Amino acid sequence: MYLAAEGHNPILPIWQELVVGTIAFALLVFVLLKFVMPRMETMYQARVDAIEGGLKRAEAAQAEANQLLEQYRAQLAEVRTEAARIRDDARADAEGIRQDILAKAREESDRIIAAGKEQLVAERTTIVRELRTEVGTLAVDLASKIVGESLADEARRAGTVDRFLDGLESAGAR
Amino acid sequence: MSGQLVVAQDLPWPPSVNDFYPPAVAGPWVTKFTLMVWLAVGLVIVFYMTAYRNPKLVPSKGQWLAESVYGLVRDNIAREQMGNAGIRFAPYFTVLFSFILVTNIFSIVPGLQISPNAHIAFPIVLSAISYVLYLAVGVRKHGLLKYLKMSLILPGVPWPMHFLLIPIEFLQNFVVRPVTLALRLFANMFAGHLLLLVFTVGGFVMLSADNLFVQVTSVFSFAMAIVMAFFEALVAVLQAYVFVTLSANYVGTSLAEEH
Repeated sequence: MYLAAEGHNPILPIWQELVVGTIAFALLVFVLLKFVMPRMETMYQARVDAIEGGLKRAEAAQAEANQLLEQYRAQLAEVRTEAARIRDDARADAEGIRQDILAKAREESDRIIAAGKEQLVAERTTIVRELRTEVGTLAVDLASKIVGESLADEARRAGTVDRFLDGLESAGAR
Repeated sequence: MSGQLVVAQDLPWPPSVNDFYPPAVAGPWVTKFTLMVWLAVGLVIVFYMTAYRNPKLVPSKGQWLAESVYGLVRDNIAREQMGNAGIRFAPYFTVLFSFILVTNIFSIVPGLQISPNAHIAFPIVLSAISYVLYLAVGVRKHGLLKYLKMSLILPGVPWPMHFLLIPIEFLQNFVVRPVTLALRLFANMFAGHLLLLVFTVGGFVMLSADNLFVQVTSVFSFAMAIVMAFFEALVAVLQAYVFVTLSANYVGTSLAEEH
């Protein structure tokens, strides 16, 4: 057939070529499908995994970072609220303490004033008593000197002095 | 023209079908064409074996090239035509694509100058494999009867139309598909070689003419031969792609759930 070059019909296959083509191509397919292509697909998958895995890992890291950020923000907000609360408390405490101190100081001052007043009253009373005695003595002495006579009678003398003093007192109170 | 023919006695002019059947090297089993097929098989095997001897996640140049071919067939042909279920066919289609590409490129390789696919025997072998493949896939997936029904009966058609449609569908799916698959590849490679012959040999014929004007004009013929060589390279890649894409498409229709 190979010699039938004269007027060979190109649409008709040469049967030897069909056989050779089949065997050669079968060999090619066998060798490549057995030894190369499975590794090719494996490698392809591995690469896809590597790339997509990397992307996934990056996404996971991003998500984690976002979550941490949210967490920190929440914590920060919490801390701020807490700080504000503490400040408020402190302010309230300070106010309370101030009020207490003021109250105590006022009380103390009241007490001191009261004590002073009491003391004044007591001293006044003492002074009045002492003066009364002294004035009485002085008056008697004076009277004795002026009148020149000794008033021996205790009762009379006391009555006279008292009357005199009462008169003084009521005149002073007025 | 016949005047020039007399001058260029030893030039095969005009190019004819006989130029496609060079004398055998050693009997009908060892011809330029069978040797070229073995050469192509050897080249493809050696290429993939060396490129994938020691594959790494970060590929070397050879591995990258091999993976590019695989990636092209896997993603742009197999997945495109057959969906994700078609990826398991990607290895075979990669081998098919590589083989057709290499044998087609032979048509512009100096010293070879013709593609084995210019002999229809080789396209017939490849097309027969695709034929058997898509029939087998269809029968295995759907069962023989359902696959036949799917292939022959269009849904939603008034029943008298089936007298017309069933023969057409039969012809389409079981005869025209494999025949055109083989013929398309064969005819492209055949015509491409013929074109190169016309312009190259024609250039020499014109050069050996005794008319100076004709001799000068041969420059255009050679220029055209160079342009045609580039065109042939384009056709070689394109036809390999088309053959594999159509095969994948046929397998895809076998895999599909509905018509």
